Amino acid sequence: MTVMERLAPQLVTGAPLLTMSGISRRFGAVVALEDVAATVWPGEVLGIVGESGSGKSTLLRMMNLEDTPDTGTYHLALPETPGNLFDLDRFARRQLCARRIGIVYQNPHLGLLMGHSSSGNVAERLLIAGERSFATLRAKAKGALEASEFPLTRMDDPPRQLSGGMQQRVQLAKAIALEPALLLLDEPTTGLDVSVQALVLDTLKRLQRDRAITMVIVSHDLGVIRTMADRVMVMRHGRVVEEGLVDQVFQDPQHPYTQELVHAKL
Amino acid sequence: MTLATLTRPWAAMSYGFLDASAKREMRRKIIKAIAVPGCQMPYASREVPIARGWGTGGLQVTLTLIKPASVVKVIDQGADDSVNAASIRRFLSRVSGAAETWDTLEATILQSRHRIPEERLRDDQVLVLQVPNPEPLRPVQPNMSIARQMHADADYGRLWLVLYEQMVRSGRIVQGAAYPSLVNGRHVMTPSPIPRWDVPKLHMAHHLTLLSAGREKRLYAVPPFTRVEPLVFSDVPYQVEDHAGLTCHRSGLSGVFMNEIPQDSGGSVFEASDSNLGIKAIRQAEGEATKIGPMWYENGELRP
Ligand SMILES: Nc1ncnc2c1ncn2[C@@H]1O[C@H](COP(=O)(O)OP(=O)(O)OP(=O)(O)O)[C@@H](O)[C@H]1O
Ligand SMILES: [Mg+2]
Repeated sequence: MTVMERLAPQLVTGAPLLTMSGISRRFGAVVALEDVAATVWPGEVLGIVGESGSGKSTLLRMMNLEDTPDTGTYHLALPETPGNLFDLDRFARRQLCARRIGIVYQNPHLGLLMGHSSSGNVAERLLIAGERSFATLRAKAKGALEASEFPLTRMDDPPRQLSGGMQQRVQLAKAIALEPALLLLDEPTTGLDVSVQALVLDTLKRLQRDRAITMVIVSHDLGVIRTMADRVMVMRHGRVVEEGLVDQVFQDPQHPYTQELVHAKL
Repeated sequence: MTLATLTRPWAAMSYGFLDASAKREMRRKIIKAIAVPGCQMPYASREVPIARGWGTGGLQVTLTLIKPASVVKVIDQGADDSVNAASIRRFLSRVSGAAETWDTLEATILQSRHRIPEERLRDDQVLVLQVPNPEPLRPVQPNMSIARQMHADADYGRLWLVLYEQMVRSGRIVQGAAYPSLVNGRHVMTPSPIPRWDVPKLHMAHHLTLLSAGREKRLYAVPPFTRVEPLVFSDVPYQVEDHAGLTCHRSGLSGVFMNEIPQDSGGSVFEASDSNLGIKAIRQAEGEATKIGPMWYENGELRP
């Protein structure tokens, strides 16, 4: 299936899953985000590229409701979430994130309890959502780890004892355990060696194909974006400078910064 | 009129050792704790003449509740005659004029560490438990400010994570003492280091239980007729220690919580942990008139 075939029916229905607009965020004098808008359609993979400090992680944290912008609105087209999600309190945010949003952080320490078992890390997600049967927890944790292509012989080892690639797979299992509506990935393969990187990307692609999960993937690696994403957003200094279908943007970059980026890569 | 007629006679210390303002603070915190069952209330925790960690939390609660007509029982590991229990009990009676007892049925205030007596407590009795570590979330969340937020959100998933890992590692739940329990369907508390055997005694009990940690400066309560539910998986039932089949080698009691006493021969014998109940059973067997009250357990099963 080509990107256009996959996009076409959604363009007809035209109801995005995620809509963010007018997002601005300052940290003291640092402008992390300035009037950023983002739209993601169901089943689509949105890539975000940009140089270090351009606000990619900050934007992703907002999508995961970990941070609130100074201005801006955020909507997810889910039955239980009418209205601006930034208006939700801590409790409602936590419930929503646990049930509907999965996230994989660049730094596994942010996403995992390093001292607890890997399967326990996945089970915690299910526990937050209210699952109380041991047999179900065990089976679902195993299922999610399997789907992330994690070696099951090590499912009860703590992430502290695992390689970086395996840690990312535990994070991924945790993120997909509850079949989230939205999967956020912040540089999921950075820091892994090239062959492991390729394997993790394979897993992600397979998940995307099998489950049609809507994803937002942040990377400064154009190769990752090219393999994974349908559409791409290019950020610089907290602003979106260019946006479009991946092939289009990478073939024919309009903004000077994107041109520089694409040519530097080639 | 002389000044002496308007003031009280000189005394070496306030009644019940704590001064009036300290007691007022304690009373307020106790009332708050009763109003929100299982929720930890911070308090000032004054100095008392025993070391922190030896029951200062429980002692401050007892000193606040005590009156001349009180009858106090103090137990440590089930025994009334251990040094710590005996000195706390003597101190309580010295500063208040309250009577001392070993008998659960006679006591109005029972201060305890590690055990709840085997005889059922009545609605005119108060159980004061000494707690070393009041925070059930500490093993899963070392940051106490975040732990408080988790209590506020009833975010207790991680406590099941601990149980999950026990099940994975050992095939059963190994948590022996201080078993985390949900109080009134809202707050999870640690019921002090009592064994699993004793936790069900708190559920819908007729008596008031006050739990207090002197070093950590926190107290919480289980009011009478309040639900106390140990955290369990829906498919792994809560189990108390398997002591129903054991017999006390001194008193012949069975169906109560036992201490295991290793023998030179390499084997071991068992002894009722509630030592005064054992004493009463021996006296009864010798034909003395002693009353043993209704018990929580019968043949290892909790009575409804
Ligand atoms: N909590 C914070 N406090 C202060 N400044 C922050 C905070 N979070 C982000 N910033 C600043 O906001 C800007 C954007 O940061 P962000 O982490 O989003 O960049 P990024 O695009 O993810 O960069 P990288 O590719 O290096 O991960 C940076 O200048 C950063 O220093
Ligand atoms: Mg980043």
